[in-house]
Amino acid sequence: MRLILRETLLAFRRAPLLSALSVTTIAFSLFVFGLFGLVAVNIRRTMGAVAERVEVVAYLKRGTPIETITTAVRDIESFPEVDSVEHVTEAEALARARRELREFQDIFQDLEANPLPASLDVRLKLGFRDAAHAEVVAQRLRTFSFVDEVRYGQDWVEKLDRMRTIAGAVGLVIGGAFALVAVIIIGTTIRMAVLQRSREIAIMRLVGATDGFIRLPFLLEGLLKGVLGGVVALGLSWAAWMAIDRYLLRADFFTSSQALLGIAAGGLIGLAGSLVSVGRHLRNV
Amino acid sequence: MIKFADVTKEYPKTGAALQGVSFHVRRGEFAFLTGHSGAGKSTALRLTYLAEHPTSGEVRVSGFSTGRVGGREIPLLRRKLGIIFQDFRLLEDRTAEENVAFALEVTGTRRSQIGPKVMRVLTQVGLAAKAGQYPRELSGGEQQRVAIARALVNDPLVLLADEPTGNLDERATRGVVQLLRDINAAGTAVLMATHDLDIVKGLTGAHLVELQHGRVVYDSSEETPPPPEEAPPLEEEAP
Repeated sequence: MRLILRETLLAFRRAPLLSALSVTTIAFSLFVFGLFGLVAVNIRRTMGAVAERVEVVAYLKRGTPIETITTAVRDIESFPEVDSVEHVTEAEALARARRELREFQDIFQDLEANPLPASLDVRLKLGFRDAAHAEVVAQRLRTFSFVDEVRYGQDWVEKLDRMRTIAGAVGLVIGGAFALVAVIIIGTTIRMAVLQRSREIAIMRLVGATDGFIRLPFLLEGLLKGVLGGVVALGLSWAAWMAIDRYLLRADFFTSSQALLGIAAGGLIGLAGSLVSVGRHLRNV
Repeated sequence: MIKFADVTKEYPKTGAALQGVSFHVRRGEFAFLTGHSGAGKSTALRLTYLAEHPTSGEVRVSGFSTGRVGGREIPLLRRKLGIIFQDFRLLEDRTAEENVAFALEVTGTRRSQIGPKVMRVLTQVGLAAKAGQYPRELSGGEQQRVAIARALVNDPLVLLADEPTGNLDERATRGVVQLLRDINAAGTAVLMATHDLDIVKGLTGAHLVELQHGRVVYDSSEETPPPPEEAPPLEEEAP
């Protein structure tokens, strides 16, 4: 094992230029993928923030006893789709309207009686914030006798659904294409390293080294290059993110688990690339 | 120990390289495989170390048979063989010592044993003083000696040599041949492919197998040597 580690490190020392080149190539192809990832992460976050506003509002009939409402709130909170339920009384509704609708302040100021109904504002759990689930919850809310009307902004929730579908599909296609390109480039780079050492491989076979023994240093080398490339790509993405966040628009960076996942993906791609390259080479000689 | 039984090797593009070849190299023997270039000497050696499989017939080497051997067993066979080539096949970026040690390292020899074994074979080939030099710093003859040391370090049963003197001048050739004789005298069988008949003539008592167009035309171990007019004189021809 020590020997294999030594051989792996030796490979870096013997061909520093080629090693640096392949790490750079891996880094840049992962960087492009990382940039795309940043865009995806931020679009997702924005969509999430918008989706958070998906709310089903049930307006209540006047004079509904508070006990009935309290029981109903507990019922509704136990719906599988429901995250939280807020009871907004008539007075609170008016206060909110005064606060949020400043241009109509005068009208609200002069009112003798409060025209606004009390409501239950139902927020949905993550993953249920779409038109279909909102409609299911709305249907169920309508069955309560004290509920006058249920609204959830059907139009824009449906639009949001469509946007989400499009963003998901585009992300999958473009992300898949970038990942494929990265795998091909990295595979080629590693193939170069294998070809560069084909003489050594031939000699190893002649003196009776097993294929597994020959393969292992290359696999380790590929893994190491992939991880290094991943780290460099992460650094580059971070720099790009800093620049965008400061000068263009506020954006989020990867969470630490996403970053680790990226580096692991780099290592995995490196490993897969060498496995394919060395395997093909060993079959051919 | 090495037994070819009616071996035929055909390549899809170039046709038959060997046709119905049979010969037997015994333990401790010094055997020559001679013939013009293209006669099939290298192919026969490649079949011996199982880099190729015969199209038909069987090659048996030290208990391994081409008919039965699996891919996983080939490395085990190679550890019983030492192989040297015309072009030495040394790793340019390692010293003589490291080149020899490489053969031990990749076969999993314990580290503590590697140093002494390497020095022993380097001394045997007369290069102990140049252990730390790189191939480019050595003469052709010295490089071939390093290759021989690498081939010997695993204590092979047989040393396979494919035109080992092809790139050497006369003086270096004599040195390498003498070294191979010494190795043979110490008990290791040698199977050497060469078209250099001066070497063959200089070694009386060696087993001689001559190939022509992929067929055995002469085998000195056959009980009744063919009459002189049938056995073509061993004249040298430009390769």
